[in-house]
Amino acid sequence: MAFAPKAVITSRREAAPPPARDLEQEIALAARFVRQHVIASIYHAGSGHPGGSLSCADILATLFGAELNTWPGSPHDPMRDRFVLSKGHAAPALYAVGAHHGYCDKLASLKLRKFGSPFQGHPHIGDLPWVETSTGSLGQGFSVALGMAMGLKLQNSSARVYALLGDGELQEGEVWEGAMCAAHHKLDNFCAIIDYNKLQSDARNDEIMRLEPLAAKWRAFDWAVAEIDGHDVSALLKTFRRAGATHDRPSVIIAHTVKGKGVPYMENMPAWHGSVKLTREQADDALTALGATHKEIREYLDGV
Amino acid sequence: MASEAPALIGSSGDSLREAFGKALSGLADEFPKLVVLDADIAGGTGVHHFRKSHPERFLQFGIAEQNMMAAAGGLAAVGLLPVVTTFAVFCLRAVEQARLSLAYCKRNAMIVASHPGLDVGPDGGSAQALEDIAAFRAIPGMTVISPADPIETALATRAILEFDGPVYMRTGRSPARRVFGDDHTFEIGKGRIVRGGNDVTIVACGVEVARAVEAAQVLAEDGIHARVVNMATIKPIDAVLLERCAKETGAIVTAEDHNILGGLGGAVAESLALTYPCPIEFVGVKDVFGASGEPEELAVMFGLGSKSIAEAARRAIARKGRM
Ligand SMILES: Cc1ncc(C[n+]2csc(CCOP(=O)(O)OP(=O)(O)O)c2C)c(N)n1
Ligand SMILES: [Mg+2]
Repeated sequence: MAFAPKAVITSRREAAPPPARDLEQEIALAARFVRQHVIASIYHAGSGHPGGSLSCADILATLFGAELNTWPGSPHDPMRDRFVLSKGHAAPALYAVGAHHGYCDKLASLKLRKFGSPFQGHPHIGDLPWVETSTGSLGQGFSVALGMAMGLKLQNSSARVYALLGDGELQEGEVWEGAMCAAHHKLDNFCAIIDYNKLQSDARNDEIMRLEPLAAKWRAFDWAVAEIDGHDVSALLKTFRRAGATHDRPSVIIAHTVKGKGVPYMENMPAWHGSVKLTREQADDALTALGATHKEIREYLDGV
Repeated sequence: MASEAPALIGSSGDSLREAFGKALSGLADEFPKLVVLDADIAGGTGVHHFRKSHPERFLQFGIAEQNMMAAAGGLAAVGLLPVVTTFAVFCLRAVEQARLSLAYCKRNAMIVASHPGLDVGPDGGSAQALEDIAAFRAIPGMTVISPADPIETALATRAILEFDGPVYMRTGRSPARRVFGDDHTFEIGKGRIVRGGNDVTIVACGVEVARAVEAAQVLAEDGIHARVVNMATIKPIDAVLLERCAKETGAIVTAEDHNILGGLGGAVAESLALTYPCPIEFVGVKDVFGASGEPEELAVMFGLGSKSIAEAARRAIARKGRM
């Protein structure tokens, strides 16, 4: 499939040292920031999707904190890895992790969903170049990401492509078109992560449309499959490293998560999928549960 | 600008899809980033030529148009020049992918659709896309092109590769008549007067251009001088030329192998409503589905033939002064 003689893509990660303790702590802190920022931005917006933004916070914090070779100062560098938020409704989490790592401003990104703000309800590349592609229609980001992986491989690039999908999103036929396609083209520079929080918009996956046996489905499509706790940073780090060293097959990480993770009254409650309005009291409670101090809470909620 | 009737060179045996496929192969070396996406239909879309000449840049997506359409966005994002190819009717299946992952992201990606309209012929109503121009025209930033003959198709193929931004281009399934000579030129966004006349203007695209020229010849026998405009770019429409034609001829007929709703006729009417309202008659499929048959039989049955165009021209002329 390559233009020139096919280059063997050796992952830069194969030789990487094992993750250090303080890296894990750093990522955990970033994830906590992401969750707090998500609550604050959705509070100010008066709408948004908290449940699925909270469930993927650790995944995003790990990707941006350790796995992705991207640089906030050069969002167009051809050598960069690509990350696509295929579950685009988790935009608040993407903006938050972006703010943490310097891709955008912390305060500006609290102006979620506001008139004139580049932080739209779903990520738009026209507003924010670093989001890589516009998403919001489930299924599409995955296909765009695999197109990127295919194109990078064709050009003998060693950059990798990551896509984060929701579990409900897997009900889109397009995802399975793409799953077949990525395996057929042996896109081993491509890694999909499933935020397997067991809930979708209205109810549990099981009630809406059963996904199980999920790992078996991906295995049958000839993907390299890993199944882990999506809140375990150490497991995430190890699994990403292994995915980076996979040859001839794309990788999927089925990350078991809790929708609404970190905010007790939201956890596992379909009602907090979105698009919900948070009262001041609810936002306060959520931020407290997420470890914010009184001062931080005042800054988050009154400082804008 | 030609004021003489162009010689209709008759069937060259060459369809627009073949002209496109050959042109694409010929341009591949000049456009090293060009990649062609196929959904198991290369034999039908003309890109079998490219598959043969440049197999390393021919990307097979299987029968999965939604994934193919969105993946083109990813290929464009990493600097390649993707051309998505399938039948027009199957492009309809991926309109939303074209909308979000190509147009909204302002990707430099092309969709080239063969088998549009009644020109599909015997495959029948299920395969005859009569809605594609309307659907793609409504997407912000999407350029929509429907060339008239093999020569123009080859020129348009180069033009869309040079153009920056998402494009939807129709080719054609059936052997097409030559409308233009080898000296023809093509520019995106420009309509062309292919036959002079001051009594009425027939604005046509695709296979209807040859039929419009025929209709003008018939009208000339009755002393009616119809101007014929080849409006190969439906979006952005050549508003300047339309206004001029409306002023100079006072009546307009649109002709397209597409539903009369939302296609070329709609684009022309929208434009003239703002610049120079005048009587307009619409030749096209009248909001019904197609059927099996040979393209010429279908054209007569559905009112797309030269006779129907000539009748529409007489109606438009009769309405002059009654606005
Ligand atoms: C194609 C498409 N259909 C419907 C929707 C509306 N929608 C937004 S989020 C959602 C539920 C998604 O569930 P899941 O993928 O499990 O996301 P998560 O639980 O991680 O929030 C739906 C139906 C959409 N965005 N795109
Ligand atoms: Mg879910």
